[in-house]
Amino acid sequence: MSILQILAIFLIFAGAFFISVGSIGLIRLPDFYSRCHATGKADTLGLLLVISGFIFYEGIISLHSAKLLIILIFVGLTSPTATHALARAAFSFGIKPRFVDREIKSKKEKKGRTK
Amino acid sequence: MHSFFTLMAVYLTIIIFVPLYRVLTGPRLMDRMLGAGAIGTKTMVLILLIGYMFDRIDMFIDITLAYAVLNFIGVIAIAKYVERIARKKK
Repeated sequence: MSILQILAIFLIFAGAFFISVGSIGLIRLPDFYSRCHATGKADTLGLLLVISGFIFYEGIISLHSAKLLIILIFVGLTSPTATHALARAAFSFGIKPRFVDREIKSKKEKKGRTK
Repeated sequence: MHSFFTLMAVYLTIIIFVPLYRVLTGPRLMDRMLGAGAIGTKTMVLILLIGYMFDRIDMFIDITLAYAVLNFIGVIAIAKYVERIARKKK
C-alpha cells in the first residue's frame, strides 16, 4: 500500500466522521437555523474531505482526479449556497430563531412581575 | 482496498437513516428539505463508493456530477418557491 492510499484512507475516514457529526446535529439541534449550521458546514466539509481522499487514491495527475476536482469545486460552491438560500427563504417566510423567542418571553415575564 | 470501500458504503447506508428521520418527522417544509439535501450529499459519496466497488469509476463520476447538479437545483427551487409564497403573503 503506497503513501497516497494511506492518505486517502485517512481522508475518507475523516470525511465519514464529519458526515456523521452533521447527521447527528441535524437530528439533535433544536432549531431550524442551528440545523442549517449543522448540515451547511459539517456535511460540506465531510464531502470535501471524502472527495479529496478519492483524488489522492486516483493518483494526483489523471483524468479521473481532474473530474473529481471539478465535483469538489462545484460542491464546495453550491452546498453552502443551497443551505443559505433555504435559510433565507425560511427567514422571509417568518420562522424565528429560537433564542429570540426565549428573550422576548423572559422580558415579558419580567415586565409582568414588576408591574 | 475493495473491502474498505464496501465497509464505508455500508456505514454510509446506515448513516443515511439519520437524516431520513428528520425528513419524516420535520415540523416544517424547510426542515424536510434540509434533511433531503443532507441525504443527497451522502448519496453522492455512496455513488462514488459503488463506482469503486464495481471498478467502473469512469462512468460513476459523471453520474455523481449530474447528481450534484440535481441536488442543488432541487433545493434552490424549493427555496425560491417558499420565498415567493412569503412575498405574496406580505
